[in-house]
Amino acid sequence: MIANLGFGFLFIAFLISLYAIGTAIYGLCAKSHAFLESARIATIVIFPLVTLSVLSLLGLMLTGQFEYTYVFRVISQDMPLILKITALWGGQAGSLLFWVWLLAGVTAASFLWGKQKQLKALVPWAVIITMTTLAFFLFMVLFLENPFERIWLFANGQVVSSFIQPAGSFVVIPPAGFGLNPLLRNTGMVLHPPMLYLGFVTFLVPFAYAAASLITGEVSGDWMRLTRGWTLAGWIFLSAGLVLGSRWSYDVLGWGGYWSWDPVEIAALMPWLTATAFLHSAIVEERRDLFKLWNYVLVMLTFCLVILGAFLTRSGVLSSVHAFSGSSIGPVFFILIGLIFVTSLGLLLWRWNSLTASGELHSIFSRESLFLFNNILFVCLFLICLTGVLFPILSEVFTGQQVTVGAQWYKSTTGPLFALLLLLMGIVPLSVWGASSAKRLGNELWKPAVVSLLIPTGLLLAGIRSWGAVLALWLAGLVILVLFYDFWRTVSAWRSAMHEPLLASGFRLLLGNHRRYGGLLVHLGVVLMAVGIVGIEFFQTQTQVTIQQGSSFSFHGDTLHFDGLTTPGTTDDHEITSAVLTVDAGNGKTFSLAPCVDNYTAQAQSVTVPGVWSTPAGDLYIVLVDWQSSATTSATIRVYYNPLIDWLWIGAVVLILGGLFAFWPAKSVQERGQPT
Amino acid sequence: MNLNHPFSRKIFLLVIAVSIAIEGMAILVYTVKAQTQLTPSDDQVNAVASQLYCPVCENITLDVCTTPACVQWREMIREQLAQGATPAQIKAYFVQQYGLRVLTLPPPAGFNWVLYLLPPVIFLAALLLTVRFIRAHRGNGQNTPGSSGIDGGQNG
Repeated sequence: MIANLGFGFLFIAFLISLYAIGTAIYGLCAKSHAFLESARIATIVIFPLVTLSVLSLLGLMLTGQFEYTYVFRVISQDMPLILKITALWGGQAGSLLFWVWLLAGVTAASFLWGKQKQLKALVPWAVIITMTTLAFFLFMVLFLENPFERIWLFANGQVVSSFIQPAGSFVVIPPAGFGLNPLLRNTGMVLHPPMLYLGFVTFLVPFAYAAASLITGEVSGDWMRLTRGWTLAGWIFLSAGLVLGSRWSYDVLGWGGYWSWDPVEIAALMPWLTATAFLHSAIVEERRDLFKLWNYVLVMLTFCLVILGAFLTRSGVLSSVHAFSGSSIGPVFFILIGLIFVTSLGLLLWRWNSLTASGELHSIFSRESLFLFNNILFVCLFLICLTGVLFPILSEVFTGQQVTVGAQWYKSTTGPLFALLLLLMGIVPLSVWGASSAKRLGNELWKPAVVSLLIPTGLLLAGIRSWGAVLALWLAGLVILVLFYDFWRTVSAWRSAMHEPLLASGFRLLLGNHRRYGGLLVHLGVVLMAVGIVGIEFFQTQTQVTIQQGSSFSFHGDTLHFDGLTTPGTTDDHEITSAVLTVDAGNGKTFSLAPCVDNYTAQAQSVTVPGVWSTPAGDLYIVLVDWQSSATTSATIRVYYNPLIDWLWIGAVVLILGGLFAFWPAKSVQERGQPT
Repeated sequence: MNLNHPFSRKIFLLVIAVSIAIEGMAILVYTVKAQTQLTPSDDQVNAVASQLYCPVCENITLDVCTTPACVQWREMIREQLAQGATPAQIKAYFVQQYGLRVLTLPPPAGFNWVLYLLPPVIFLAALLLTVRFIRAHRGNGQNTPGSSGIDGGQNG
């Protein structure tokens, strides 16, 4: 009954999406405001219907209705409530429904609230575009990946999964479910997928209005200005999703790293790269009337990459620890990607001549030129990532040879470009719009640049001979110095002009220009993340030892004493084996760590949970590799020292806060009081 | 030395026994030492395993993979290292057994050159387009005095 209701709500939502498309088209043809308004309201009605469908599936999951295929696959009786809820996005069909729910929610919100509603001529087209996308996804959930299917058994023993009862079959009610993939039974999975998906689906709004503006010919740039909040929101969600995924990888996969350059990780990174480029180039169009065509390309490319990422992850075309298994939705996704790509390209070619910006570049040292270089670097990074992701597929198609493109290739190809981006982040805040010159930029830059040279000098004197690390840390230091130098200089000027205390001027500036200082806070976050990345990439040390109970070994100045094995929290479903180690860090400081292996018998899968001791200087990260507990207890322990890794997480928090600060609407400084 | 003398014969036998014992211990120590030297450490094994992907899992290097199959493959690497195989020979063995996909980096040969040539080509092409764009949009700058963007306007 509940499943039928869930399916029914979804089917009605699908019909309403088609109704919205048809009504909007008719309203445009007949110039009927009533029809157009009806289409807009229809987009809003879909969300509660999909919500009811999601609640129906959750009801089945929470009450353990194991005759439903999806519930059987992702739920087991002993899973805690929070994991039973997160199992909604733990499998292909459920996560697709969850995606549809978020897409419907974002779409409804965009037609209820937001400045973009001012673009009345664009709204009907935005309705058509968003509803077409939503209809595609609803179709996939209803007819290809239906989470409300049941398990049916034929007399000959054949088992099928179907929503409608096949003739001659009867329903099977298994006593228990298989349960969620053990790797996903982690608190990181509570937030990581929702954040990532929210980021993905939010980019539909700027895409829809960009396409609508091309269709209507209203290419003034208002669409970009008025959907800026959605773009930034999508970027914040996507950033948070990527960082949470990274943290999950660090906490759960037990390999001592944070980013493995897995194809699915990269599929999520690519739209982030193009969206970040867009957020920068949009500023140039607003300020200097440049990059108009380029901004359309970026925003459309970003959404194409969102759909491409979903396709790569869900079609089974990629092999990845993150990917869902093969599915029949591939061809439909392929049609959707083709439709979005061809439509975007067609619209751009159609309006090509009217997208010529009137602005001029006066110097390669001006801020707009530096933003152009920034965009080029982001797009190069995206293209390199795309090459790495698609190359194994192309190799198999053209040569029949299966190959893997590993982290080493990505690091060597993207590393120099990320370094150049850091350099630009150190220069751009001190650059000026319009006319500029090398001399003028040099005059602005030389003081922090000279001070920053203390960093490589200090590092070299400290005996660090890794040139890549010295360069990266110098650039990171330069960016931080420039950020504070620029802020200090501006605050000082305001204090003199306003005759007010320094602190008051600082707050006035910060609160009066959320967008600028939010952006600079994001830069600070990126630099802190870069410091963490440099630490682990260049200075990580590791060893693996097999040790008897009661013995000790030394690593990175610490003495690690193996106290023995314990088996805490063992249940019928899984068995936890934990190695208890006491670490003597010197100066009388000791602490205990208990890395463990969580072995799930039903899934024949084990999860390695590291024991981690975090300090700002670095993490001691211990993994239990193997153990013997027969005559003499021994364990094989792998120990990593990950220098500065905490700064990656601290930087990520600063980055998100910066994004939120930039997102928050603010009165301009002029409104708050001009200097006299 | 008169070996007919019982004391002398005892001493002789004692010397022989001690010599055999010393020689035996020397051989034992040498063997143990040789075995110790020939049994590669976990770190040596992992150094090679980290350059190979698990043949059965998805995008997990062999040094960190926890499946029983990977444990066996690591032991295989240890045996091969003990027999004097170089990391390159071990990698070649894995490629022969499981194909090129076990390598973390495809060898620069044939179609794989695309992977190595494309990144610099992308970068150079992007630079070329940038130069063309700048030339196409170059202005004289006479009417646009520079502004730092710190005047409170909405900017980056």
